[in-house]
Amino acid sequence: MAAFVREVAKRVFAQEFKESNLMFKDGEDQYSPQYLLTPTGAKVNRLFIVGTLTETEDIGTEAEFLRGRVSDPTGSFLIYAGQYQPEAAQVLSECEKPAFVAIVGKPNTYTTDEGDVITSVRPESISVVDGDTRDMWVLEAAKHTLNRINSLDKDEPNIKKVVEHYNTDKKHYYEMVQQALQSLKETD
Amino acid sequence: MDEKEAAKEIKDRFSDFGVDIPQEDIEERLEKLTSKFKVPMSEARRSVTNYFLKEYNISRGEFYGSQTETPLVNVKDLVEDGKWVNVKAKVLQLWDNTHESISQVGIVGDSTGTIKFVKWANANLPDVEENKTYYFRNVVVGEWNEKFQINLNKTSSIEEIDEDIEIGTSSVTASGAMVDIQSGSGLIKRCPECNRPLSKGACPEHGKVEGVYDLRIKAVLDDGESVHEALLNRELTEYIGEITLESAKSMASEALDPSVVLDYLKEKLMGKYYTITGPKLDRYILVETIEQQSRFDENELDELIASAEVV
Repeated sequence: MAAFVREVAKRVFAQEFKESNLMFKDGEDQYSPQYLLTPTGAKVNRLFIVGTLTETEDIGTEAEFLRGRVSDPTGSFLIYAGQYQPEAAQVLSECEKPAFVAIVGKPNTYTTDEGDVITSVRPESISVVDGDTRDMWVLEAAKHTLNRINSLDKDEPNIKKVVEHYNTDKKHYYEMVQQALQSLKETD
Repeated sequence: MDEKEAAKEIKDRFSDFGVDIPQEDIEERLEKLTSKFKVPMSEARRSVTNYFLKEYNISRGEFYGSQTETPLVNVKDLVEDGKWVNVKAKVLQLWDNTHESISQVGIVGDSTGTIKFVKWANANLPDVEENKTYYFRNVVVGEWNEKFQINLNKTSSIEEIDEDIEIGTSSVTASGAMVDIQSGSGLIKRCPECNRPLSKGACPEHGKVEGVYDLRIKAVLDDGESVHEALLNRELTEYIGEITLESAKSMASEALDPSVVLDYLKEKLMGKYYTITGPKLDRYILVETIEQQSRFDENELDELIASAEVV
């Protein structure tokens, strides 16, 4: 019996998430998990985000369908929750904005008519947290992102795919991390 | 080995039990089996021995048992697949039973460590209880899913002993964000007989019973690289959830729904960072201490800022 392994929740900043557009399937089976490969090589099937929920909007035509924006020091994530995420949708609509929220969710991509790829998050859970937790997440996301940038020269199939697809500019992402970390200094 | 030697050995063995068999009788039977009926010597010895055991009414268990005494082994040394052993250990945990051919499954431990045990249904052995110490005789070590366990079968025996064992375990420390609280957490009911969680008001073993309330959390901590599943008992759930069993019960009865306790715990704990310690048994870390991490490390921040400079 192959043990079921829970997908790890990756830490990715909003800016990097927004600049991601490479989805791929691990395996041929229709039930094979889908991943989003980010420019620094995070292989994301699940995300953990802590940021500030700034606004929510019901964009559903019949049933309620909520879009929320969660911002971190580098940008913002789009969160979509509808009838299949009732608990998350409830938090989105009921909590006072702005609020620090922690989100566990799955990455989603949508290609516009112009061919642009929009990434968003489909939440599994949303909970209201405090500012300290948010700061810890920023530090953690910075640490993981740095580790990934520093591993971009590795000779691994996924990394090669990433470098080939994005032609990743390391400097761009070092600056993003630096900016996020500096924001923690300022709040002291 | 010829008949003479074999016969001598059998004779000596029997004389330990106060039975004097003429050597010629033994030799004759061996001879007949090996020469006339072409039975291999080892099989012939076995057959002749059994014949005399029956003849003199000696218990086979006693006869063979005393010959190859099953060793008493410490839990940490249970690492040989197929080895028969005796184990003196305390039952630490009984798990939800997942299969009808299993009567009880859980964790036992002694001063050297812990191991999973499986008591098979067809073994017809008495039930064990958590936190009691037992002498498990004639159990067999098995390997399953790349881990060792002990199997209690028909030939095994269980004897409760009035002794408390201090459990020695290697404790692990894990940190991460709580990304999930699994179902079966919160306010639950357990079977008063065997302590198993009830499902829909019934115990898998004892059927419909009047359950006993308990609080627990099955949490998932995720550090971005790996996930840890953690089991928090009532005491720790009360501590970290700032709740008591009593207040949980009144929450549940007010809402006419015990799941409000789980909702409360999720709202309170999810998405925050924790550090836990405790022994890891199979999938779960049995949490002994849990603390919320509420502040990042300033030194780490400075180090990261410095390393992000390298462009």
